[in-house]
Amino acid sequence: MTLEVDDLRVYYRTLKGDVQALDGVSFGLRDGEILGLAGESGCGKTTLGKALIRLDGRMKHVGGSVTLDGQVLPIGDDVKMNPYRFKQVSLIPQYSMSAMNPTRKIGRMVRELLESRREKLDLDELHSRLDLVELPRHVLGKYPIELSGGMKQRMVMVISTLLNPSLLIADEITSALDVSTQKAVVTTLKGFRDRGFVKSMIFITHDISLTNQLADTIMVMYAGKLAEKAPASTVVNAPKHPYTQLLISSLPEVGVRYADKRLTGIPGNPPSLLKPEPGCRFRDRCPLAFEKCAEDPPPVEVEKDHVVACWKAA
Amino acid sequence: MRRYFGRKLLIYGLTFFMAVTVNWLVPRLMPGDPVASMLARARVAQPEAQEALRVYYNNLFGFDLPWWQQYLNSWGSLFRGDFGISLWAFPTPVADLLTRAVPYSLALLIPSILLSWVVGNRLGALAARRKVLDNTVLPVSYVLTATPYLWLAALMAWGFGVVWGIFPVAGGYSFSMTPSLTWAFLVDLFWHWLLPFASLFLVALGGWAIGMRNVIIYELESDYANYMSALGAPQKLIRRYAFRNAVLPQITGLALQLGVLVAGALVTEIVFSYPGLGSLILAAIQNKDFFLLQGAFLFIVLGVLIANFIIDVVYVIVDPRTRVGMAGAAA
Repeated sequence: MTLEVDDLRVYYRTLKGDVQALDGVSFGLRDGEILGLAGESGCGKTTLGKALIRLDGRMKHVGGSVTLDGQVLPIGDDVKMNPYRFKQVSLIPQYSMSAMNPTRKIGRMVRELLESRREKLDLDELHSRLDLVELPRHVLGKYPIELSGGMKQRMVMVISTLLNPSLLIADEITSALDVSTQKAVVTTLKGFRDRGFVKSMIFITHDISLTNQLADTIMVMYAGKLAEKAPASTVVNAPKHPYTQLLISSLPEVGVRYADKRLTGIPGNPPSLLKPEPGCRFRDRCPLAFEKCAEDPPPVEVEKDHVVACWKAA
Repeated sequence: MRRYFGRKLLIYGLTFFMAVTVNWLVPRLMPGDPVASMLARARVAQPEAQEALRVYYNNLFGFDLPWWQQYLNSWGSLFRGDFGISLWAFPTPVADLLTRAVPYSLALLIPSILLSWVVGNRLGALAARRKVLDNTVLPVSYVLTATPYLWLAALMAWGFGVVWGIFPVAGGYSFSMTPSLTWAFLVDLFWHWLLPFASLFLVALGGWAIGMRNVIIYELESDYANYMSALGAPQKLIRRYAFRNAVLPQITGLALQLGVLVAGALVTEIVFSYPGLGSLILAAIQNKDFFLLQGAFLFIVLGVLIANFIIDVVYVIVDPRTRVGMAGAAA
């Protein structure tokens, strides 16, 4: 196991009280595994991604632990977390287009960043990785503004993985890209894993069909809790949790005409996480809900590597 | 690049033309006749002699010509470097008065503008996101920047000069001294310079500190700062980047503020009777001295334009994005 997350709780401080954005999530990640983290907006997937590398000022680590390569990560302590960042855990952010300092040449910025972490810049290695993502070497002498959007994205991917981190978090990195570029990014990420640049990866997205192309395992979250986690093909073809089922069935299928059948979403909205009521958080929208759902459904391993948090599925 | 500077130079040229025209026009629109007041000063009783003097003066200053010819002549003499003869300090040429005053003004302006900019920016950058410093620097800066130049200058002259008697309150140097390159004179010069400089410096300082603090906070929230933090870069490096990027709008701010700072310096000079352009302008207005006023304003306009041009050049050097914008981006 590269990564062990145990009962992780991260809340947002607000004036009205704590928002329980991540409420007791546990999962593991094997060496070489790519985990696709899916769910709708506000389900806690970005919070989980941030919790593993850097909490922002409003977030607070309430409970649970994160273990990476046998070491417990001090995720609640911004300063103590620093030595692990970049070297053990790294991030490809949502905002690749603006992630680089606009007034530094890229090569110089990379060198300064590495020097600040007391790492030597291996220029040959950097060049070979640029070749790998098909960036010309002279981009290092350019300012970020001189690169196209796709080039910036690839450059950030190279920078983030330069120190071969154990865990790479890719947070919604394909959201702003067109479909063909999305495919290229997914292929590149797979290549990084296969070459051992990164040991394991968490790919956060709301796009299940894209996740399916990349991830070995897909984890679906709902309202700050784990709903279902299973190998990618199982989640797509034989989901057990009613939320996952509805999520998959609301995806359009290629080649199918929807003339006589309207695509439906999932009616209703996720509950407020400010003071959520006990019990299954999906029960208000769930077609299968019954009395038992007033109790919290524990995540249960229904078959090997297939975890579902639902009374009906267990 | 050449097109950019070509366009800039054209704009500066146009500004200069407009400024000279307005400069020529404004004194002539002021009420009162300067020749009449010169005649009054001459105390000539006989009407014939007075008439003769009037014709002489009008001819000397060219007031008997049609206005358009006066205007064209003023351009001609401008290019010859001839600013005319002062009416107030008749018959001293305006150029002499100006060359005597300009060093004093520059000695006040350049250090106060540059130092307040540098120190204010450092102070603001230091205060941003640091609770204790922020809670002290910010209110003090607000008070300083809201203070009128005139008021702070008067307050300092009164406090340090009159009440405590530490500093002299008037003049560029003591009346008992003659200008010479001796230590005693230089020290005296410095002593007279200190109060006007300090009042200019302090008022400008507050504005720069506030501006810098706000821009730095904005930069520290930016995506690249977040990315660097996520990769564990030390605060020192992130702040260095933030400062570098925050300085850019401050450079623009300097260009915009230049005119205000010069105006503030003129007023401050008057408060301290400092023998610079400000005192000269006051005398010129009081005596309807067209030529002196024109010459003094011309110097100020030229100075501000040149300073702005330098800032334009500096900006192109420090911000790569302007350069890329000129050359066009590579795909």
